[in-house]
Parts: sequence; C-alpha cells; structure tokens
Amino acid sequence: MTFDAQTIKYLVIDILASTIPLATPLILAAVGGVFSDRSGVVNIGIEGMILIGSFTGVLTSYYTRNPWLGFLMAGLSGCLTAWFHALASIKYKANQTVSGVAVNIMATALTGFLLKAIFDRAGQTERVVKLARWTIPVIKDIPIVGEIIGSGPPPVYIAFIVVALAHIVMFKTVLGLRIRACGEHPEAADTAGVNVALIRYGCVMMSGFLAGLAGGTLSLGELSLFKEGMSAGKGYIALAAVIFGRWTPVGAMWASLLFALADAIQLIAQNWGFTLIPQEFMLMFPYVVTMAALAGIIGRSTGPAASGKPYVRRGV
Amino acid sequence: MGETALGAPVLEMKGITKRFPGVLANDGVDFTLLKGEIHALLGENGAGKSTLMKILYGLYMADAGSIRVEGKDVEIREPNDALRLGIGMVHQHFMLIPQFTVAENLVLGAEPTTGGVFLDMKAAIKKVKQVSEHYGLAIDPTARIMDISVGMQQRVEILKALLRGAEILVLDEPTAVLTPQEVAELFTIMRNLRERGKSIVFISHKLKEVTEISDRVTVVRRGRVVGSVQTSTTTVDALAGLMVGRAVELVVEKGPSNPGDDVLVLQDVYALDQRRLPAVKGVSLTVRGGEILGIAGVDGNGQNELVEVITGMRRATSGKVLLKGTDITNWDPRRLSGKGVVHIPADRHRHGLVLDFTVAENMVLQTYYKPPFTRGTSLNWDAIRHEARRMIEEYDVRTPSEDTRAGSLSGGNQQKVIVARELSRSPELVVAAQPTRGLDVGAIEFVHSRLVKARDEGKAVLLVSLELDEIMALADRIAVMYEGVIVGIIDRDEATEEQLGLMMAGAAGRGGR
Repeated sequence: MTFDAQTIKYLVIDILASTIPLATPLILAAVGGVFSDRSGVVNIGIEGMILIGSFTGVLTSYYTRNPWLGFLMAGLSGCLTAWFHALASIKYKANQTVSGVAVNIMATALTGFLLKAIFDRAGQTERVVKLARWTIPVIKDIPIVGEIIGSGPPPVYIAFIVVALAHIVMFKTVLGLRIRACGEHPEAADTAGVNVALIRYGCVMMSGFLAGLAGGTLSLGELSLFKEGMSAGKGYIALAAVIFGRWTPVGAMWASLLFALADAIQLIAQNWGFTLIPQEFMLMFPYVVTMAALAGIIGRSTGPAASGKPYVRRGV
Repeated sequence: MGETALGAPVLEMKGITKRFPGVLANDGVDFTLLKGEIHALLGENGAGKSTLMKILYGLYMADAGSIRVEGKDVEIREPNDALRLGIGMVHQHFMLIPQFTVAENLVLGAEPTTGGVFLDMKAAIKKVKQVSEHYGLAIDPTARIMDISVGMQQRVEILKALLRGAEILVLDEPTAVLTPQEVAELFTIMRNLRERGKSIVFISHKLKEVTEISDRVTVVRRGRVVGSVQTSTTTVDALAGLMVGRAVELVVEKGPSNPGDDVLVLQDVYALDQRRLPAVKGVSLTVRGGEILGIAGVDGNGQNELVEVITGMRRATSGKVLLKGTDITNWDPRRLSGKGVVHIPADRHRHGLVLDFTVAENMVLQTYYKPPFTRGTSLNWDAIRHEARRMIEEYDVRTPSEDTRAGSLSGGNQQKVIVARELSRSPELVVAAQPTRGLDVGAIEFVHSRLVKARDEGKAVLLVSLELDEIMALADRIAVMYEGVIVGIIDRDEATEEQLGLMMAGAAGRGGR
C-alpha cells in the first residue's frame, strides 16, 4: 500500500466518517451523565441503562415494525431503569456506586433472560426493522464534509441537537441554575426553596432516558438487532467523557468524539489491513486514550461538590 | 406584611418541643419577637437555639407547639413557607454556592426570567444592585463567592433574605467567623436594618456581643427557656449565670505553681512552614513539671509550626527537642505518644477527631492497639466501650451514647472528647493549642480547669493561644513569639497586657535574628 495524497485523503475521510456514528451513543449517554452528576447523583448505571434501552428498542421494533417507536421506547425503558437508581440514591440514600453497579448487573441478567424467554435464542435476536438513514440535503453536497456527515443514522443528528439543547438548559435557564445548585450545595438550594429531590429525580431519569436512546442507537441505528452485552463498556466510557468534558454538555461531546476517534482509528486500521502493530494492541487503543485523557486531567478538574452524596437535612 | 406596629409581636412561638434520638432539643420553648427589635437568643452550644430557629425556618418539624406570625397561626413545613411569611435566615454554615456569582446565589429559587424559562442575568444584577444600595450593603454582584471574604459572604446571606422580602431576620451565630472589624460592620448593618423596621433574632453564645447589640435577651439552657429580659436591665454576669445554670468563674481559680524538674527542653529549634519558608527560627525554651507555660502571639508567627515540631507532625530542620533528658527530636507521633506527650490540636476536625468514627472509637485512637483494647488480633469492644463510658462520665461529654458519631456532637463536646482522651493517657507533657477556640463559657471553664488540674498533678503544660485573656488567666510563665522567635519570657505575675501587646507586635524584646 502506498500513502499518496489521495490515499491519505480517503483514509482521513474514512476515519472521520466512522468517528461520528461511533461517538453518537457516547454523546447521548455522556450528556445524560452530565445532568445526573450536575444534580448531585453519580450514575454508574448508565451502562446498564444503555443495555436495557438497546434491548427494548429491538423488542418494540420486532413487534410493531416501527423503529421510531422502538427508539422512543428505548429511551423510556432507560428512564424507568434510572427511576430505580433514583429511588435508591435519593429517597433511600443508598450508596450511589453500589446502586449503579446493581443496575448494571441487573441489566445484563435481565436482557439475557428476556432474550432467551422472548426470542428463544442465545447471543442475539433476529433482525428487526431499523431506523432509515437520513440524508441531509445541502450538507451532503459539500465536498468532504458531505462525505462525513452528509448522511447517517438519525440518532447522529439527534445527538448533536441534544447537546445544543442541554447546553442551553444547563447554562441559560433557571432550571439549569437550580440543577447546578443541587449538585454543588444542595442545602443552599433547599434553603433557597429549590426542591432538591425533585430536581435530582428529574436529572437521573433524564440521564436514563438519554442512556436508553444511546442503547437504541446501537441496536436500531447502527445494527438492526440486539446482542448480549452490546453496550460493551460504552456507559463507562461515557462517564469518562463526562469528567474529561468537565461536566458540560459541549465538553462531553468533544470528549466523546475524541474517544470515538480512537476507536475509529483502531477499526480502520483493521479494515485497511494495517499490521505493523498487532491487532490486540490496536484494540486497546481507545481504552488507552480514555485512560490517558483522564489521567491527564485528574486533580485539575473538579466536579460538582456534592455529587455522589445523598442529601439529608442536617441533624441536631 | 409589615403592617404590624413597632413594638408589637411579629412572631410568637409557643410550647415548641422537638425530640431527636436520645436528645430533647427543645422542651416547651416559648419565644416572642417584637417588631423592630434585635432579640438575642443566648445559650451554650447544643442548648437548642439553632434547633428552635430551624423549626421556624421549616428545616425541622416541631413535635408539638404553635407558631404565630403577625398574629396569624401558621404552619411552616419547608423553607419556602418561611420565606413566604417573610422569615429569612442567615445560617452558621453559609448557604452559598462557592462556584456561583453573588447575583446567581442571590436569585436562586426566585430567579428573574425572560419568557418564564431563561435566566435573566441582567435583571438579576440590577435587582441585586438596587437592594444592596437600599440597605447600604455594598457588594459586587458579579464576583464569585469563592473569591470574596467571609464578611462579604455573610453580607450576601443577609441580602439574600432581604431580597426575598424578609421582615424577620434570623442570624445564627453570625459573629463566629468574623474578625473584630467585620463584627463591628455587622453590628452597624444590624442597627440599620432595625431602623428600617426589620425584626432580628441574633443567636449567640458570646455574652459581650449580646449585651452590646441586643434590645432583649432570651436565654436557653438544655432545651428550655430559663429567662427573657431587657438587655438594659441585666449584666454579663447575670446572663452568664442564666446560661450555664450557676455563677461562672470568668477568672480561672488556681493556686501558685510548684515547678519541678525540666520536662520539655527546646534547644535552638528551626523549622520550615508549608511553603518551605523558615517559620521557627531558633527557639529555645524550657517547660517544667507543675507549670503552665503560655505562648502568646499573633496568629502566623510560627506557633503552629512549633507545636507541630514538638508533637512530631513536622520535622525540625535543626536544633534539639528533649523530653526529660531524652532526645526526641523528629520522633513520629506514636513514639512520642508512648513517651507521654499528649496533644490537644488547634484544628480539632483535621487533627483531633475522626468525625465519622464514634465517640468510643475516637477515645481510643492512640491506645486501641494496646491491651485491654486489643486482645490478640482483634479489638475488645467491651473494654473500649467501658472505657469510653467512664471518660464520658468523668469529662461530662454530652452525647446520646458512646456509639454516637463524633461529627454529630456540638463543638464543645467534641473538644471534651479530645481532652478526655489526651489527659487520661497519664501524660508527662500536655501540648494544648487553642484548646478553647469556638467553645462556649461552660466548656471553656471545663477545659481550663482540666489543664490546671494536670499542672497541679505535676505535668508540664505548654499552652499556645491567640487569646491573650486565656494566656493571662492560665499561664504561670508567658513566652511571646514573634516572627518565629521567642522575643521574651516573663513570669505571669510580672506581666501586663500592654507589655505583652507590645512584644506581640514586635516592638519590644530582642527582635529578629
């Protein structure tokens, strides 16, 4: 293989065009994570919510042949799962890490069980109707840019809209101010008349909804079926993106894109038969990038002060 | 709101009772606040003042009792109810979000909007400016809370209440965190507000401040009201008596000292501070058994570093520390502790207690590994609890039980836990740094008497305090520290406040070296 200008151009376009869809579930889940964390609840359960979402999406599309309804149900199922986490961590003041891990274990077990019970298959479901690709009129005709984002699964575009909306909600609205207050100093918010529990419930369930959509993106946007364990750590990488993105929607988006870029490089290297580095090491690449990114900012980036701590009105 | 005539009751709390597990925090408390008065709510730490006000503010629900605001029966279930009724509260721990700006903090919960959804920052800043000018409380609305002084933060808290139309303002221990200058400013602000018809509840345990600022005083002890009087008709001594239930001795009673052998000897000790700059610059002194040596000085003149060197928490860069003739320079804290050096640290939350441990666990922090607290490889909880109960009894620690979390005790009782633990370890040398900081009269008296008792038992006591009154009351000899150097050591009987003051300011003595 020779690396002339043309080859490099195709290579770059190929990598970037793969990056965007790979980043989409991360962006959705990470923006959700931003909401949850900013309100003061750590949501490790995102991983499980993605898994539940991807299964529910396929299940719905299987019975209704309506992938859009499936995508919506993916979000709602994530939201419902998040409600359990919210109940445990807000009402019952449980340890949020433990509760989140419980959600993840439950999600793995539940989807595995239902896969067997409903589809009577192991490993993966049969194919269902997936979301039809969107082609964006004007953009698709722009050279290079058109090849990268001119067309793609609908969740790609939805994710970027979600980022914009989340940014506005978080930093321009009254609701955003209150969410941030709950995550930084819930007692201050409480004494100012903000309903801390309500805000936290809302944010955790919002994060579940977005994680569910991330799951739907995997199973109905990219593929057209559910595979056991198909979330494959994306929830955890999304949490890393929350931190690396300094708890802002836009930052989380860029972090997701960076991690997805690493993934894309690894994939493309395989596709193009790049063998200089053994494939096993290339597979590690996205995770190494994630770790390096986090290691680089640890200590310099501080999250919401009250995140992870249940809020209890002070005693005696 | 605000129609009530000056001098008429704006707030009546009747028969308020509140029980927490193991503690009756309020026991049938009656409290009446008149329009346009500054009413002090006086009591020791843990007497139930804050609980009463938290009930008023809807943070707690009372188990019994009624509240009337402006003559109407009301029910206050949450802070929002209180705010609606014109009740504002400035908490002891500020309810401010450090990362937010002054204006963001002020409007939180009642934000001006455009279209009902979007935060209107311009309107918020304008509103803050208006109110701050109206009440003469200058503040920069765009500054972040984390960047402004504690006094300014308090001002923000007061503005927050006023901005919400508070007619009744509750200030919970507002002076605890302020410098004397800031206290004076606060009092000016309070008088201003009174002139504008606001009614103020001033929660405090500081007698001097209460008599200076208040019109009336209600005294609370152990959850009950023990008296309600016009400030002008009472005295500090009478109030102190009401507060602790017996006449307090503001002077420490102690006989002449009976010094024995040298216990602690420092020889030309040098040490660096956190920034690795010289902090202790050649200190030599001796503390004998049976005497209290007080180190006076303005904060930041090397006293903390010196204490840390003696207690093994900081390395001496040169010089020697001797304990009864043994060289203990740069020993680690456990070895020192085994040798009979006990330490009542200045920062009890960082160095004195593990707040999340129970009282019993805290009481054996240095001795848990020895019998009888350890049997073989496991802890002997019966022995630990038994010893803890004994200390709780002997040192009068007010705690529901030995299994209570240390962090949930009041400051005075936390300090008693430390004093109990340290002094019951049969010490040779007691190093007490700021042992009464933030404590109320009863607890101060208690700590002082224990230190004197240790002295009378022949122990050497090194007392470091920023309060000259405390040094004068307790010490037998006084060393003054200035810029890392002992500028002079004088006998208590020969010392005057003026002379010590001059030495502390570096104007007398040997000067730097």
